[in-house]
Amino acid sequence: MALPTYADPLERAWYYTYRTICVLIFLFLIAPILVVIPLSFNVEPYFTFTEKMLTLDPEGYSLRWYDALLTLGHPAPETARDATWWAAAWERATWVQAAKNSFWVGLWATILATTLGTIAALGLSRPEMPYRRLIMALLISPMIVPIIIIAVGMSFFFARACVAPDSVMGLLLGWALSEKGCLANSHLGVIVAHAVLGIPFVIITVTATLSGFDQSLIRAAQSLGANPRITFFKVIMPLILPGVISGALFAFVTSFDEVVAVLFIAGPDQQTIPRQMFNGIREAISPAILAVATILVVISTALLASVEMLRRRSDRLRGVTGR
Amino acid sequence: MAEAAPPQTLTTADGRPLKAALLAAQSRAKRRAFLLVLPLLFFVLLTFLIPIGYMLKRSFEHDGFAASAPALVAWFQGNADFDPANPPEEAFAALVQDLARMQEEKTTGIAGTRINYSVPGTISLFKKGAREAKGLTAPFKESLLALDAEWGKPALWRGMASASHVYTAEFYKVAADMKLTDDGWQRGADNERIYLYLFFKTFLVSALITVICLLLAFPVAHLLATLPMAKSSLLMILVLLPFWTSLLVRTTAWISLLQEQGIVNDLLVGLGLVGDDGRLTMMYNMTGTIVAMTHVLLPFMILPLYSVMRVIPPSYARAARSLGATSWTTFRRVYLPQTLPGIAAGSLLVFILAVGYYITPALVGGADGQLISNLIAENMRRSNWSLAAAVAGMLLAAILLLYWLYDRLVGIDRLKFG
Repeated sequence: MALPTYADPLERAWYYTYRTICVLIFLFLIAPILVVIPLSFNVEPYFTFTEKMLTLDPEGYSLRWYDALLTLGHPAPETARDATWWAAAWERATWVQAAKNSFWVGLWATILATTLGTIAALGLSRPEMPYRRLIMALLISPMIVPIIIIAVGMSFFFARACVAPDSVMGLLLGWALSEKGCLANSHLGVIVAHAVLGIPFVIITVTATLSGFDQSLIRAAQSLGANPRITFFKVIMPLILPGVISGALFAFVTSFDEVVAVLFIAGPDQQTIPRQMFNGIREAISPAILAVATILVVISTALLASVEMLRRRSDRLRGVTGR
Repeated sequence: MAEAAPPQTLTTADGRPLKAALLAAQSRAKRRAFLLVLPLLFFVLLTFLIPIGYMLKRSFEHDGFAASAPALVAWFQGNADFDPANPPEEAFAALVQDLARMQEEKTTGIAGTRINYSVPGTISLFKKGAREAKGLTAPFKESLLALDAEWGKPALWRGMASASHVYTAEFYKVAADMKLTDDGWQRGADNERIYLYLFFKTFLVSALITVICLLLAFPVAHLLATLPMAKSSLLMILVLLPFWTSLLVRTTAWISLLQEQGIVNDLLVGLGLVGDDGRLTMMYNMTGTIVAMTHVLLPFMILPLYSVMRVIPPSYARAARSLGATSWTTFRRVYLPQTLPGIAAGSLLVFILAVGYYITPALVGGADGQLISNLIAENMRRSNWSLAAAVAGMLLAAILLLYWLYDRLVGIDRLKFG
């Protein structure tokens, strides 16, 4: 949208004002995210730039808040950093535990949401699917219904959703349930809650990929003698894989960032990074949170890059030109 | 004369009528498609629909009083039209009997909590009454009233009569700011309407955020849609990165920017625009909530607008200009109407998401910047479960209405990210 040569001064002025406005809005979008990165290296326990930081004095910067992530909850933080120190940090440090919990919960929630969501999306994108619109509306609704309502409902229901430890279900799932055999205060409870929240993203991305999918390829495969399993893994899967992976990444990020459901249904054993951050911001806010924030920004940048790459690959595979 | 040919039905190779075979094949295809969706439907039913249904049930159901005061419940059943201003001796006798029983079974708290929903301040009354119930003698009316005159309050008797039913719409009445007075349910005074006021405030703030988002998103989406692909892809990252960044990270960032000793205030003081003692309060109030929520929701406005603007042919605007329209007329009469689907999609989505927001107001809203979700959480924290469920039920009804509108106007299959 270059400025045409015949533009009059008023149009010229408007053109540059418009560009300036756009730059300011982009700044509004991105500056808050960028600002946490230098602040996390602050040597002082403040949330603002010190004079030394502004003059780029190396003394104004330090890694102490990253160090604090390892020492908080460490049984012997001051001892020499040998193998036992690192082992203790891995086993005991509060933030490390939270990271591990977040990772495992996110992984299982993603596997659950992606598997169920992809299979369902295959059904939903068939032209014969009955009640398509209604079912779509239902499956997207976890994204629309306020998370607080979902969390309240789950906190009521999961406290009652219990199995006897000596029953078949208890023996099968007991390891993932709470001590009383309930979904509340259990890892499984948090995992299924996060899986539900991730499902809309999987459904949306996979059905979008499938919208350009040529259904006659399935018939072609079948007419050539492929059974449904081979058709799925050799024909459908390679074509929709980019969509499935970006759906999975969305689901993982949703789980990795989710705090409300965790606050309502999780017990002390399910401390996750967002929950730790939420409590940290509410109680004693320390720049250690900025260090975590910086790490999360790096992770989300990496995830965004992968999703963009996948989308382009998917567009290429489906023959969509342009973007 | 040749006989009329028998009506010819088309058949498949194995001799079945074609119509029936087609129907069978179609219903088989339908079943197959449905079977693929079934596991997920079952999962969503179990972990999403049932919990929400259970919550709605809780918003209508409470047996805290009905289960722990059987004598009084029986008396209420027999005397539905008693005078709450002057209950007879038998009623007091039943009440004292139940109070003694509550003390024994340790259910005073549950029963008192149930009555407390409609008649505030009754938990302590019940606790005291239950402690003393064993020692009370007939006539029970006099002895109980001597213990505490509150026991004669008509509102309390109305509350107990209503609580003797397990199912009730009482919690919705409380959530609609109704009050149980001595003369029955009445609308609360203007300054006591906290729930409806907060609903109203939530919708107002959400509308404001939606408008701000639209104003900020429109120029950016237009720029992205009209720039050459390589440049716009690069700028798109600036929109998508906030979208992918943790909500808590963004909230933390806004705290560091906007708080009293924060970067924006430091900058303003450094530039001499405000004095060191005149630092602006932009955090822990409504301003903080609005700024942080606008930032969080802006990508949800930009993306739908962008996807609509990208396919608007630039030749329309050029045609309008060549026919003599000014640039403002071109924008207003030609360009803007074509962006309406994007405006509707983005605005509804942002509004729906804003109405149910919890985390950002909870962290940066302070006392003044709380929204309806925070009130639900607050009631959960204070163990007012039924009331929390009722407020959540009202919020859910509002959201479902908006969702239905979104589906009618935009269509949920148009929802996309990036």
